[in-house]
Amino acid sequence: MDFPLFHLDWLNDRFLIAIIAILHVLINHGLAVGFIPYVVRLEQQGVLKSPPDQITDKSWDAMVYNMMKVAFIITTSLGAMTGVGIWLSAAVVSPSSIASLIRVFYWAWFTEWLVFVTEVILIVIYFLTWKNSNKSLKAKLRHIRFGWYLSIFSWITMSIIVSILGFMMDPGNWNAHHSFFNGFSNPIYLPQLAFRTPTAMVVGGMFGYLLAVIFTKRGTDLRARAVKQSSIWIVCWAPLSLSGAIFYYRAMPQAMKDNMSTAIGTLEFAQYYDTLKYVIIGATALVLAIAIIGLLAPRKIRLGMVVIPCFLAFGFLGIFERVREFIRKPFVIGGYMYSNLLRVEDYPLYKKDGILKYATYTSTPEVTEGNKIEAGRNVFMLACSRCHTTHGINSIVGVFENMYGKGSPFSEQGIASFTQNMHNGRTFMPEFPGNKKELYALAAYIKHLQQTGEVIEGAQNEGVVVNPNQSVDAVVKLMEKQEKQKADSLSKKQTASNH
Amino acid sequence: MISFLQVTTPVPRAIPLELPLPEWLLVTLLIVSFLLHIIFVNLMIGGTVLTLWCQIRGLKDPDYHNLAHEISRTITVNKSLAVVLGVAPLLSISALYATYFYSAASLTGGMWIAIIPMVTVAFLLTYLNKYTWNVLDKNKPLSIAIIATATALFLFIPFIFLVNINLMLFPEKWGTVSGFFSALLLPNVFPRYLHFICASMAVTGLFIFWYMGRKSYPFEDYFEKLTRYDVKKKAYSLTLAASVAQFIMGPLVMLTLPTKGFSWQLIVTILSGAAIALPAMWLMWKAINGKPENIDRHFGKIVVALSITVIFMGSGRHLYRATSLEPHQKMMAAQTAEFERLSKEARENPVAEKEDLKIDSTLGPVAKGAAIFQVNCSICHKEKEKLVGPPMTEMVSIYANNKDGLKQWIKAPGKKRPDYPQMPALSQLTDDDREQLANYILSIKK
Repeated sequence: MDFPLFHLDWLNDRFLIAIIAILHVLINHGLAVGFIPYVVRLEQQGVLKSPPDQITDKSWDAMVYNMMKVAFIITTSLGAMTGVGIWLSAAVVSPSSIASLIRVFYWAWFTEWLVFVTEVILIVIYFLTWKNSNKSLKAKLRHIRFGWYLSIFSWITMSIIVSILGFMMDPGNWNAHHSFFNGFSNPIYLPQLAFRTPTAMVVGGMFGYLLAVIFTKRGTDLRARAVKQSSIWIVCWAPLSLSGAIFYYRAMPQAMKDNMSTAIGTLEFAQYYDTLKYVIIGATALVLAIAIIGLLAPRKIRLGMVVIPCFLAFGFLGIFERVREFIRKPFVIGGYMYSNLLRVEDYPLYKKDGILKYATYTSTPEVTEGNKIEAGRNVFMLACSRCHTTHGINSIVGVFENMYGKGSPFSEQGIASFTQNMHNGRTFMPEFPGNKKELYALAAYIKHLQQTGEVIEGAQNEGVVVNPNQSVDAVVKLMEKQEKQKADSLSKKQTASNH
Repeated sequence: MISFLQVTTPVPRAIPLELPLPEWLLVTLLIVSFLLHIIFVNLMIGGTVLTLWCQIRGLKDPDYHNLAHEISRTITVNKSLAVVLGVAPLLSISALYATYFYSAASLTGGMWIAIIPMVTVAFLLTYLNKYTWNVLDKNKPLSIAIIATATALFLFIPFIFLVNINLMLFPEKWGTVSGFFSALLLPNVFPRYLHFICASMAVTGLFIFWYMGRKSYPFEDYFEKLTRYDVKKKAYSLTLAASVAQFIMGPLVMLTLPTKGFSWQLIVTILSGAAIALPAMWLMWKAINGKPENIDRHFGKIVVALSITVIFMGSGRHLYRATSLEPHQKMMAAQTAEFERLSKEARENPVAEKEDLKIDSTLGPVAKGAAIFQVNCSICHKEKEKLVGPPMTEMVSIYANNKDGLKQWIKAPGKKRPDYPQMPALSQLTDDDREQLANYILSIKK
């Protein structure tokens, strides 16, 4: 409404955020929160199992150092930048919601940031002082202790951000006086944390397992020991990961109900939710299998055997993110703002006057017979483009073709009727916000899309056209009117008090 | 001309929520956290440029080759701090100026998002340069190509940030730009960029002076001919030269700044900041030309003076922004108040939506039921095939002699089929609507 609309008409705007965010989650769980304690433990074992006259087992320590190096390089480049990327992409895909959330939860993010800075400093110190610390036992032990502090700090950042994820979806917290601590009492908080902590450990362990096999030669003692230690780590954490996953899985429907999401009853959610069940079982089983083999017969392990379970472990984490995002729908901020960035409380106004009238950027402030298709295009951009493309991923033409059959020409009346009532049948869809004229303009546009194969470009390529109702000219007149009203009511008060 | 500009100047509504902190505190946090961030960005960029330069010189002089390696090692830490320290100003500017900042970001969205892969690649290239240092000893040109690419990226990326924080100040331009390259040409991006690059070199010079001057730094292990004094002298020279250049770049920025943000406060702040740099430059000049043993003497004073310059410049930057945006923010406030009033009015007086049904009179007595069906049910039910729910023909076979049962189901749908989604209760229907619907449905022949 109030922002130029960035739009990716093939990739789909949500997917931009999803790719960046899921990459970030995979890295921060599997290469930071879960991986660092795994590494510190291995470093510790190097010292414990070292020959009596050496501070640490040199070849073991070198291997562990190289593992840490891989994690360090990836976390401080791709890991850090995808974190920033979530901010940058959310700002252009969903500006109204992220701006609103920052207004209310600034402190939570600020606190999170302070912990983050500490974590970055600690990880840099931990990695860069590694080689030097090998010079004396005292230094080495201090280094290991340091690693444990880093592990704890890493976990703290996760526990804070999980609370942020929670309160973003909790309308009670939103409407009440913004309390950061409400995030911790959201029904999804503990289950999420109970899932993420051990799963991060398992994913970290799997990643370490993979690196151990890459960095060591087949048949060596070093490999056998590395595989065994990775397996012990995974076998200890996997049961907790499984029970955490079940806890979280069970909590999701309740959280959706509590967060006023209506998407829970839909076929779409059910399909994702079911897939989740199979992924939980499949991934855990394979990961446990490779860990048990690693424990009992470490010399039999080949690189090819480890790659798929490692991949699955990461995938396991990724798919939970997809399902978690479903909890919001049709809202982006539960009970306050729909995914189309329009506030629930403004709907009566929009349905009366239309959304085009109040859009800051539109070439058609009002629907006329002459501008129907263009108006429909503008309505699509305002009300639909946050989740739909024209012909790309989750295309609007595609979803209607799924319903009415591929190749059969759309009926404008059919599309209009559906769009008007879709929030009753597809409860993850927000209600159509516009007035009747806009509804029919949109339907005409969608039919036009099917006929012409036309696509739509975002403001980042096409620029914007300012709605004259929302320009400086109009506001100057408005301000004059407001001044006059203020003066009038002041003089009325004066005459009233004079009586 | 003015009226043309006015038509294209948008006045969006502001975010209708309170600021999370008093404005003055948010502004202070913004300026301080931004300055911390930008100093490390300066070091990251300056470090990369110097590494490249030293590596090229290092083709002929082994000491420079080693100097390049030593400088490249600082990039690792500085870049990580630069990124993580960027979050606080990003949060603060989003809290204070979301409409402006996000509008500009959306208008240059392609390049804005491209920051992520570009910076990631630049970082990975600096790691590659560092970790293949020994391996590429026999292929120095390749190593130089790696760091040169990283440098090129680091020299380009600031443009993306500058274009955005520039564009955000000029709502009157939002209707005229389409994408990054058109916004790049707006005043005064290029002068700001030059100012920024000079600053990066100046800050990095001081950093190198300190870094290689530390007692704990084993300088003599790395260099044969170069001495600490040599490097410190060069570092000071770099900072001094860059600072002199700033006395050209600075005025260039001021002369090309659009008028809207000027104020006496701004002039005084900027000129004071520039003035405090002068004694620092004088002291550096003395150190460079004085006795080697005295080169460290005034380092503390120089850093303090130039830090004050930086603080003044950072504050001036904000003053320009605040002054530029104040009139527009007033207009946004008026616009927002009006919208909130209209929205409240509409909420309190909802327009009852009269369903104008399109009734096809050729359908006879079931015409109204057909029209109601079309509007409310056809989204999920077709005549003969499954759409979302079962087809009408199936409804007929279940409820052929049980019109009341059908009406009851429509009123309060149960759940009989596990593989179908739950049918929603259609609260908009009246009893008469359901009667009409039932008549229509049951009139369908199989």
